[in-house]
Amino acid sequence: MDRDALDGAARVLTGGELDALFTALTDRGLTVVGPMVRDGAVVYDRLASACELPEGWSDEQGPGHYRVHHTGGPARFGYTVGPHSWKQFLFPPERRLWRAERAGAGFQVLAEDGETPRYAFVGVRACEFAAIAIQDRVFLGGRYVDPDYRARRERVFLVAVNCGQAGATCFCASVGTGPRVTAGYDLLLSELLEGERHDFLIEAGSERGREVLDTLPTRPAGPADHAAAERATARAAEQLGRTVELEGLKDLLQRSHDSPRWDDVAARCLTCGNCTQVCPTCFCTSVEDTTDLSGTTAERVRRWDSCFSVDFSYLHGGSVRRSGKARYRQWLTHKFAGWVDQFGTTGCVGCGRCVTWCPAGIDITAELAALRAEGVPPGEGVEDDVDGSHDA
Amino acid sequence: MLQTASAAAAVDPMAIRRFTVGRIRRETRDTVTLELHPVDGLGLPFAPGQFTMLYPFGAGEVPISISGDAARPETLVHTVRAVGAATRAICALRPGEMLGVRGPFGRGWPVVEAEGSDVLVAAGGIGLAPLRPALYALLAGRERYGSITLLYGARTPTDLLYTRELERWRGRFDLDVEVTVDRGDGGWHGNVGVVTRLMDRARFDPAHTVALMCGPEIMMRFTVRELERVGVTDDRVYLSMERNMRCGVGLCGHCQFGSRFVCLDGPVFRYDEVRPAIGIQEL
Amino acid sequence: MMSTDPMTLELAGQPFLRGLSPSHLAELAACATVISFPAGQHIFREGDPAASFFILRRGRVALQLDVPGRGVTTIQTVGEGDVLGWSWLFPPYRWQFDATAMDLTRAVALDADCLRRTMEADHELGYLLMRRFAQTISDRLQATRLQMLDVYGHASNR
Repeated sequence: MDRDALDGAARVLTGGELDALFTALTDRGLTVVGPMVRDGAVVYDRLASACELPEGWSDEQGPGHYRVHHTGGPARFGYTVGPHSWKQFLFPPERRLWRAERAGAGFQVLAEDGETPRYAFVGVRACEFAAIAIQDRVFLGGRYVDPDYRARRERVFLVAVNCGQAGATCFCASVGTGPRVTAGYDLLLSELLEGERHDFLIEAGSERGREVLDTLPTRPAGPADHAAAERATARAAEQLGRTVELEGLKDLLQRSHDSPRWDDVAARCLTCGNCTQVCPTCFCTSVEDTTDLSGTTAERVRRWDSCFSVDFSYLHGGSVRRSGKARYRQWLTHKFAGWVDQFGTTGCVGCGRCVTWCPAGIDITAELAALRAEGVPPGEGVEDDVDGSHDA
Repeated sequence: MLQTASAAAAVDPMAIRRFTVGRIRRETRDTVTLELHPVDGLGLPFAPGQFTMLYPFGAGEVPISISGDAARPETLVHTVRAVGAATRAICALRPGEMLGVRGPFGRGWPVVEAEGSDVLVAAGGIGLAPLRPALYALLAGRERYGSITLLYGARTPTDLLYTRELERWRGRFDLDVEVTVDRGDGGWHGNVGVVTRLMDRARFDPAHTVALMCGPEIMMRFTVRELERVGVTDDRVYLSMERNMRCGVGLCGHCQFGSRFVCLDGPVFRYDEVRPAIGIQEL
Repeated sequence: MMSTDPMTLELAGQPFLRGLSPSHLAELAACATVISFPAGQHIFREGDPAASFFILRRGRVALQLDVPGRGVTTIQTVGEGDVLGWSWLFPPYRWQFDATAMDLTRAVALDADCLRRTMEADHELGYLLMRRFAQTISDRLQATRLQMLDVYGHASNR
């Protein structure tokens, strides 16, 4: 639904009435999840009401650095993204697939039954929409589909929020995913904070969204409201400091397997896998088969995994990617090159989480720029004199 | 709620089907061939070169290439070598016990594309198991192929698989079989040396040959070199690759080899397509 | 004028010597005889003087080493068209392994002394033969390396 068609349909909700949205969602049997401050970070969890939103909180991010501050003020979304992403709700970190029980010489399988959760995500940023769309391709777009992801995804109600500020590690614009939310939402909020006002411009992006919007105590939006929303996202766009040049990047990475830059980053990378845990598109999992102590009941559990773990590529007594260098190369190359071959888009949405949450402060935008700057294609030496001295 | 998983398998690729163990043949000290019968009575149609994920109760799950005859899908045949917890548990199964199965998955051997050509099958060690269904298919459609040659190498004579079948194949006039071992023993009167040396004796027209290879990666690299030396170009050479697999359906990420998922795009690959990737260390 | 003596013709038919001119083949023929070994016969033993160079016309030969504690071990088998041995090329001109005929084996045997003198006298022929030996030795080395890697063994069995 394009902006013009919705212009007449956009409404304004005052900051004080935001809880009406929460009530409307819970009345429809949805479990509302969204940002809250806990353990020194903005995390995503169940929200009982709008009061639990991080009102007056903001964050400060950098490579290997994250702090939240309470600055006061009425802003409910005055921060960017924290260590959590929405993938934990659509694609849970741990999920039992089935159980089995011994029966005579064989066994029976007990399928999992249980209600699929019906979530409403409140506060989904533009980069996160792009991440959900990317995971949709991974889990729903291939030959084999993840039925649990599909069930959760079909039920989820998405309330987006336009960013009014950019984090120091964000680079959504240069990968084409933000800062403005354009599509895929049920409802879209833009927080308007100028002078004394605290309102939300609220737009519907679907039938479901319109149906909820119609129940909220809103007034029609006017040009001034739209202009204020534009100014907020423009401010976010201006603040973006990092960039990634996507042009030719896939080919560059697929030619750079022997680049000395990998040794450079490997000297810093701890292969802790934080980046893969916080990344909203990383999807690798492992499967664990266990039994109870008596050996009569077994279960299979699927867990998030990381290509950084040393036995991720275990084969025949050793791992194919034994060195940290090979594993870092795998992750970055997959994210920006392999992903394009596999799913048609790059796997990065520019959220900056991997930069913020890397204990070594490794910045992928800097790593990619360094690879590009190297210039000399691998396999070509630099001419030298016979006696070894190199005339510059 | 108790329900069998087979109906759900169609929509859930992680749901298993149960198979009962029938006949077991011990091939070598650490390798067995199992005949498996589906509990739900529905066969497992497959293409030669495909694999299934096998689940011994509570012990893990492993990808194993199907080693039986695709013309007899009512019985699932697997040759398994005990190298880890799951495979050891599979090799310890008795007749009547059950195994969980998911699949078949993957892309198989180019049995149809090879029609009209000579076919050279090069197998190393347990690599003969994924190639056996291809041999069955080639022999079933014998008149559609030129010469068919099997070159098979193993570590020692006691490591040879399917010895009775090898002997039957050697007796055929429409199939050439050459076997070699890396190290002979007192009773061995056959060839000793690497499988690549057997190529000197093979009769095939390099310009019209399709080669199918499976074995340790190094053996396959050496074999490709020999094939190229005699004039078989790498766009007519196919290999079956292995990587760590946790799902078999392209969703867990483990089996990636460059941009390819070995479980979806392979395990059979045409060599020219993967050659650059094979040359990259720790890819 | 091309010699039509049977030995030259015999050598001309050997793949190992393919491409040599008739005059070169005639030079080699002067050093050559045809020799047969029944199945099971030792062709030479490790440590024996390497007096001949063999090109196998038919049959198979096992190259063996006697390993204390393991007995006589076949390290490689060679067959029709293969050459047997190059220890005659370099001092101390002694065989480095045993060779035993596995089947009835027929070979062209070239006398090592004669061959060394001929190659010294005719460097062009010497070069052409050395190139062929280098190829054979290279192939055997590659094959041996592959065997040495024990690729079929599994990590847990090592």
